[in-house]
Amino acid sequence: MNLSVPLIVVIIIFCLAGCGLYCLLATRNLIKVIVALQLIIKGAVVAFILAGNVTGQMNTAQSLALTVIVADTIVAVVGLALAVQIRLKTGTLDIKELSTLKR
Amino acid sequence: MWYVLIGVGILAFGLLAILSRRLLISAIWLALTSALVAVLIYLLGAPHIAVIELSVGAGLVTVLFVFAINIAGEDTQRLNPVIPKPVSIGAVILAIGLGLLLVIRSGGQFQALAIPAEQSAILWQSRYIDLLIQVALIFSGVLGVIGLLAENLKPHQKEEGE
Repeated sequence: MNLSVPLIVVIIIFCLAGCGLYCLLATRNLIKVIVALQLIIKGAVVAFILAGNVTGQMNTAQSLALTVIVADTIVAVVGLALAVQIRLKTGTLDIKELSTLKR
Repeated sequence: MWYVLIGVGILAFGLLAILSRRLLISAIWLALTSALVAVLIYLLGAPHIAVIELSVGAGLVTVLFVFAINIAGEDTQRLNPVIPKPVSIGAVILAIGLGLLLVIRSGGQFQALAIPAEQSAILWQSRYIDLLIQVALIFSGVLGVIGLLAENLKPHQKEEGE
């Protein structure tokens, strides 16, 4: 079977997004949730670059990928800060325990 | 050939990142995934983004993860997932299958939407709102770091504050 480079990269993108999606569904640890988000966003960055490569608009793709990387880093920082503060306040990283707002 | 090897590496490291029980090990596997993603991006012809991904994704984010895990401590106990595992795996396979079906049905035909231009022109003129959003995001990141580093007020300090 002869796979073209774009198809291989598309499969890699879906593998990354699939790993992240599975972790989001299966884990209850807050820090693992951020790891899962990171994996999904890496897939999105590779997808932007692939689209730029295929359409010949690498400059636009690189600008968009840069924006996504910045947003991804900030999401990680804010998420980790929230996780640390929740751990210090509630003593656990289990998302199931975060039901204070329900009461 | 290189793409297949890198793809297998990314998949393996990604799986190890989500399946390892210790958070610290998970963060290290995530950094390796990020490094391989940077190599892939370089091979696809975007060296600038590859360098940024390598320095930010594999460097800065990993340091932040290690820092946060050191402060928060590890929760190594195995928690049962909220959603049953077969349902999660089925949902993921369904999502990947639908995505691949869409890509294969389109026949890999992509159309260019705009006239190509210089990267700096795109970044500073066409997409200047993105830059504004990035500035706002960086400020939120600074607030996030303050949240990460902030120590909890002790009860008597809170009372004094009130």
